[in-house]
Amino acid sequence: MATEFHNLQELRHSASLANKVFLQRDYSEGTTCRFQTKFPSELESRIERTLFEDTVKTLNNYYAEAEKMGGQSYLEGCLACATAYLIFLCMETRYEKVLKKIGRYIQEQNEKIYAPRGLLITDPIERGMRVIEISIYEDRGSSGSCSGSSSTSGSSAR
Amino acid sequence: MLHLGVAEPMRECEYSQISTRSSTPMETPYKKRTPKRRKWQSFPGRNKFYCNGRIMMARQTGVFYLTLVLILVTSGLFFAFDCPFLSMQLTPAIPVIGGVLFVFVLGTLFRTSFSDPGVLPRATPDEAADLERQIDVANGSSSGYRPPPRTREVVINGQTVKLKYCFTCQIFRPPRASHCSLCDNCVERFDHHCPWVGNCVGKRNYRFFYMFILSLSFLTIFIFAFVITHIILRSHRYGFLNTLKDSPASVLEVVVCFFSVWSIVGLSGFHTYLISSNQTTNEDIKGSWSSKRGKGNYNPYSYGNIFTNCCAALCGPLPPSLIDRRGFVQSDTLQPIPPTNGITMYGSTQSQSHMCDQDQCIQSTKFVLQAAATPLLQSEPVILTDEAFLPGRTSLGGPCSGALPLGGQPTPPTSTPNLSCDNDMLPLRNEHSDGLRHHHTDGGHHHFLTPEEAPSPPGMLPCGSPLGHSHTIQGFYNPASQDSLHEDSVRGLVKLSSV
Repeated sequence: MATEFHNLQELRHSASLANKVFLQRDYSEGTTCRFQTKFPSELESRIERTLFEDTVKTLNNYYAEAEKMGGQSYLEGCLACATAYLIFLCMETRYEKVLKKIGRYIQEQNEKIYAPRGLLITDPIERGMRVIEISIYEDRGSSGSCSGSSSTSGSSAR
Repeated sequence: MLHLGVAEPMRECEYSQISTRSSTPMETPYKKRTPKRRKWQSFPGRNKFYCNGRIMMARQTGVFYLTLVLILVTSGLFFAFDCPFLSMQLTPAIPVIGGVLFVFVLGTLFRTSFSDPGVLPRATPDEAADLERQIDVANGSSSGYRPPPRTREVVINGQTVKLKYCFTCQIFRPPRASHCSLCDNCVERFDHHCPWVGNCVGKRNYRFFYMFILSLSFLTIFIFAFVITHIILRSHRYGFLNTLKDSPASVLEVVVCFFSVWSIVGLSGFHTYLISSNQTTNEDIKGSWSSKRGKGNYNPYSYGNIFTNCCAALCGPLPPSLIDRRGFVQSDTLQPIPPTNGITMYGSTQSQSHMCDQDQCIQSTKFVLQAAATPLLQSEPVILTDEAFLPGRTSLGGPCSGALPLGGQPTPPTSTPNLSCDNDMLPLRNEHSDGLRHHHTDGGHHHFLTPEEAPSPPGMLPCGSPLGHSHTIQGFYNPASQDSLHEDSVRGLVKLSSV
């Protein structure tokens, strides 16, 4: 089998996707990006509540930092306006920088905490910032339903 | 465990790429993939892309070219015919300032027209299925032909806001987002669809739009003033008629500027008001936050003072585009496509696939009902107002907003405000439903058109009569043919679904 993939994907050779949990956005503070910290019931047996909540809270803090309206963002905005917004061609906005930080954080969390528990967090930016998608994997051969699933998945057309 | 030696950027480590098919070998290495398609090539909305996905515009761009031509021609004539005289007689600063304004106007125009207004990507099939499940659980019944309207309430800053479910995009729309029926996308902080710039105006390009109309107002006034000055100065010397003969372009410029200045300056003033109160055109037209609605009604998004509101709108952080148009389509990644034929994009577990098939059927049903029933020109309101529900309507979801006559609006009609239609019951017709039955897809999907065969779905709620259309159509393009198609389809499908 082809094995030149990220080690997390390697892990997936022995696991199959069982379910996906979606953490929706929390709009109670307006349109700023925040995700609900409610602990989904499907994860109860997979991960400790505190770890999960820490991850989501950190992500929320990152997003709050990206969207914060303070001196730096105003400066960036005014400078951009003064240059007829041409400056965006060469400069990365603060939001984009924070998004990169978020990407690295999620990857780190996946490697350290979630993958060993058979979970995988998808970066919300890949889902249009609507949800945090957590994929739940189960070991193949651990239950009958899963072996059934692999044959189902094998036969589903694309 | 083997480690991939090459450090790949985050985006290419697509966890969702993980194939669950054990029988076939894992997906081919990235290098050997078949011709790469970029995501813009399979974008589900009605947008046009240029420069390999760098430029994104609405489908109807005719009026945008008109705008461009007007600006270029008027400015060009100004620089060619009036500036030489003025720079000699008065000061060379005039063409310089004019030049700066002109460049700024074009820059902001292109930024507004070519950038992503804040389109929300459609839900992946998994997300959609998950939401459906949640909604069904909440409703406590299986989704029949008459599911109740899908809304969620959320309290923002003390105000209750209703989030509506978008059937086309299969998401609950964030607050202030709206579905643009012209572009067939949900747009964040949707302001309006502007045919003059050929794009929607939303969260990501509102500041560019505002700077465009502001600078264009200055430019128009500038040109108008100095062309008049030119004519007057010249008339003193050579007489009025000779002036008109020598410089006929000036007359054209005066005419163009005179007619533009009212609408553009008016629009700038209106948007200045909107920015200072942190409202969108959409909200203002519907009076979502007006005190007329109720005593406790206020705008929960406003920061309280004008200065902060302005700063937030114009100088706040610019969110990145969520649709990643130049990214490559990962061949085994789930693509957020509208429910087409009920086949999930990748292998899923037994329980999920079972659920997905059933959901896909239901979704296809709903989608087709929606698609056929929705008029082309409708944009979705975020806030549910107190419109009446149509009795006996078989399709899903709530009402559309009441009809908005364009005449009484403070905005000069230079851009398309949120158009909606009247709630009319649609008459049924037998023969058309038979015609529709022709289009059955292969078995297992009851008797419905796939979305590709259905008339183009601008998506939301079923509504609208030809009457509603004719009085809200701006006339920038001709959707008349699509309207009759919609009408027929609606009639047929309403009949079908009532069986």
